[in-house]
Amino acid sequence: MNLDPKIFEPKRPGSQDVAWCPGCGNFGIRNILKRAFVELGLNPWEVVIISGIGQAAKMPHYINVHGYHTLHGRAIPIATAVKASNPELTVIAEGGDGDMYAEGGNHLIHAIRRNPNITVLIHDNQIYGLTKGQASPTTMLGMKTPTQPWGVFEEPFNPIALAVALNASFVARTFMGYFKESVEIIKEAIQHKGLAIVDILHPCVSFNKLNTYTWYREHTYWMKDHDPYDREEAFKRAIEKDPLPLGIFYINKRPTFEEMSPAYKKDKTPLWKRVPKVEEIKRILDLKRRF
Amino acid sequence: MPKFIKDVSIVLGGAAGQGIQTVEETLTRVLKLSGYNVYANKEYMSRVRGGVNTTEIRVSSEKVRAFVRRIDILIPFKRGVLPWVEKRISKNTVVLGEKENVEEEFLENVTFIEVPLSKISKEVGSSLYLNTVAAGVIAGLFHADIKVLEEYLRKRFGGKGEEIVEKNIEAAIRGYTLGRKLCEEKKVEIEVSKDESVKDDILLSGTEAIALGALAGGMNFLSFYPMSPSTGVAVFLAQHAEDFEIIVEQVEDEISAINMALGAWFAGARAMVTTSGGGFALMTEAISLAGMAENPVVVHLAQRPGPATGLPTRTMQGDLNLALHAGHGEFPRIILAPGTIEEAFYLTAEAFNLADKYQVPVIIMTDEYLVDTYYNIPDIEFDRIKVEKYVVEAEEDYKRYKLTEDGISPRAIPGYGKGIVVANGNEHDEYGDITEDEELSRIMQEKRAIRKLETIKKSAKLPKLIGDENARYLVIGWGSTFHVIREALEQLNIDDIAFLHFSWVYPLREDIREMFDGRVIIDIESNVTGQFAQLLKRELGVEVDYKILKYDGRPFSVEEICNALKGVLK
Ligand SMILES: Cc1ncc(C[n+]2csc(CCOP(=O)(O)OP(=O)(O)O)c2C)c(N)n1
Ligand code: SF4
Repeated sequence: MNLDPKIFEPKRPGSQDVAWCPGCGNFGIRNILKRAFVELGLNPWEVVIISGIGQAAKMPHYINVHGYHTLHGRAIPIATAVKASNPELTVIAEGGDGDMYAEGGNHLIHAIRRNPNITVLIHDNQIYGLTKGQASPTTMLGMKTPTQPWGVFEEPFNPIALAVALNASFVARTFMGYFKESVEIIKEAIQHKGLAIVDILHPCVSFNKLNTYTWYREHTYWMKDHDPYDREEAFKRAIEKDPLPLGIFYINKRPTFEEMSPAYKKDKTPLWKRVPKVEEIKRILDLKRRF
Repeated sequence: MPKFIKDVSIVLGGAAGQGIQTVEETLTRVLKLSGYNVYANKEYMSRVRGGVNTTEIRVSSEKVRAFVRRIDILIPFKRGVLPWVEKRISKNTVVLGEKENVEEEFLENVTFIEVPLSKISKEVGSSLYLNTVAAGVIAGLFHADIKVLEEYLRKRFGGKGEEIVEKNIEAAIRGYTLGRKLCEEKKVEIEVSKDESVKDDILLSGTEAIALGALAGGMNFLSFYPMSPSTGVAVFLAQHAEDFEIIVEQVEDEISAINMALGAWFAGARAMVTTSGGGFALMTEAISLAGMAENPVVVHLAQRPGPATGLPTRTMQGDLNLALHAGHGEFPRIILAPGTIEEAFYLTAEAFNLADKYQVPVIIMTDEYLVDTYYNIPDIEFDRIKVEKYVVEAEEDYKRYKLTEDGISPRAIPGYGKGIVVANGNEHDEYGDITEDEELSRIMQEKRAIRKLETIKKSAKLPKLIGDENARYLVIGWGSTFHVIREALEQLNIDDIAFLHFSWVYPLREDIREMFDGRVIIDIESNVTGQFAQLLKRELGVEVDYKILKYDGRPFSVEEICNALKGVLK
């Protein structure tokens, strides 16, 4: 097995010009991902990252796996269909907190119900990075921004509580500053059969002066002896606010979207290899001949 | 004594939930199996109970495929039906049924024949058998094959137990006997000839043709959010998902539906969404993504009148401009609009090859009229359908957006080959990585909006010309109006007029322009502003001389087109 994360570094000319700000947490997440892929023994051509729009969503360009940089908020439905069309692929949907919780909020909710076997990674910097610092659904109460000069008064979105409330299949939170632990969580999320949601706290050094590296270290703690199969306990932990618990909150094993689909009941072949069942069409037409 | 020769238009009318659909299904199938050509189309209100819904069934010596306004035989299942169809009836209309279902003021204006449908059904056991009695009467008028009728009822009600089956058969036979008696007593005379070969025809609806055509074209993924009149396609495919081993998913909204379809194609599946105008409006952002990322996708857009929620259960060709302009930025697309049920099948199958080959959105435009119409067709020719796959293996250093002469970059998919595939909705370089380079931005815009479009144009299909190519008058139409215009022209039987029908709506080939030269052009469309005429002007500089437009939510009838054309020609 190749244990060198370098195989996940793209050599394409366009991927050399990384648009993230120096010191941004996105770099750390990229290192975590590469390490997790390597430790899972994955090859670049076995993994697909579908991203939305935002700084976080630029990941496919800076990592050497298949990628599709799509639309703001739409990574999840696209990733769902990629996995459903070819279950042999390891599929990751990636985006920021604005991408996944605001514009894509409805898709997240329904993906939890649908439970495709994909991993959803949310780069949660509690701000809109790419559009230069407006409040996101997870921006903290009272924080002032150029577009919320009076300070945010909307209740921050709690993705963990939402996911547990909806009986999501796998729910975790980490802070990208903790490399080893984050690698383990991402590995578990990818290996988990079903929808895995990982909220990854990361600083935006350019626009979020409140939630810094130090802030995250001081306002988070790792859950010890937490039983992720206990939903009530998971929910209690999910609504804790300060310090924020880190780790796997909840695991719920249930059938995946692909497993339940009639497409794969008997035949596991990816859809791209299949041919139309002409005989079946003829049979239906024949019924329409007779009655 | 009314006499109907060659072609009879029967209309059944009743409240939603009263079961006219059962009569319609029974009759069309039984009459077809008795050797008659049949055509049926319904019109219904956007409500689950009550109101007035009607179904027109044409029974004919020849293959009729178009809506007529005239009603020869009317069966009202409730009061309110005659006022609803007032403009379609005359002294020649035979109303079969009970006095209580006919408003007094109409008794004078039609030929009323009292048929005690309720009384008979009650005698059989319950008023529930009313439908079957009525179906029996009509079957009797046509001397349909009674064995076929019995067999059909056995199949249809088989699941409900032997008693129900027997009662229905009894109801049907009593109705049938009565129908024959009406003929013998010469209360109604019908002369429609049977044709043995019709018995082997396939009775297919527009909805079924779209769904089956998609399957024939290799569709294996359908994502949708329900919206009339497009939902039928999803219902049909969901019910056959297991047999075809395909994915059919009802998703949270149209935005998700189209994005899923894009994802499925990205991974090599052949995906479709089925929707109507309001749903398509929500999909436009992703149509634009398909344009930029050169992601194939097939959309079935079943039109109904808008704007907004408009008339949910009625018909119109009002969304052409939406389909033409959906999405921001400039990129090509293909718009198809089948004119017939057969074409709905073949074109839908073909749409998947086109999407795969050119990596653009392919929009199949139907409307409520087409999806809800059905008639008997001789056969489907499967050798006309070829599933052409254009996916290539990803090799090392694969470039998703490789610049080529014709603007088409070979499309690889993740999972086939060891190269890396990067697709992108942002402007990109050949590899798919983001670029803001001046030169490259320009080249990529041209690749999509000019070179690719030119390549598609070259292979675009020509419209179908019916009649003399040198005729002075040229009628043009697109989509579902094919048969109604064709039949109207047949009736008018004027030498100097030809019909040009477009089922490949966009992009149009340049050489089509010649077909219009020196002719008087009459545009027929079911919308307010003549959207197709605008397209002809914009693309080819063709000016139409007359427009015949209809936009009351109802389909064009043969009579209306005849009258309108007479007005233009005189
Ligand atoms: C439909 C649409 N609306 C708005 C935008 C503009 N936009 C781009 S990124 C973004 C927010 C990004 O924030 P987040 O998802 O938190 O990602 P980050 O940049 O912080 O990584 C917005 C609003 C867009 N691209 N598309
Ligand atoms: S704007 Fe913020 S999130 Fe975006 S790259 Fe810069 S630091 Fe990172």
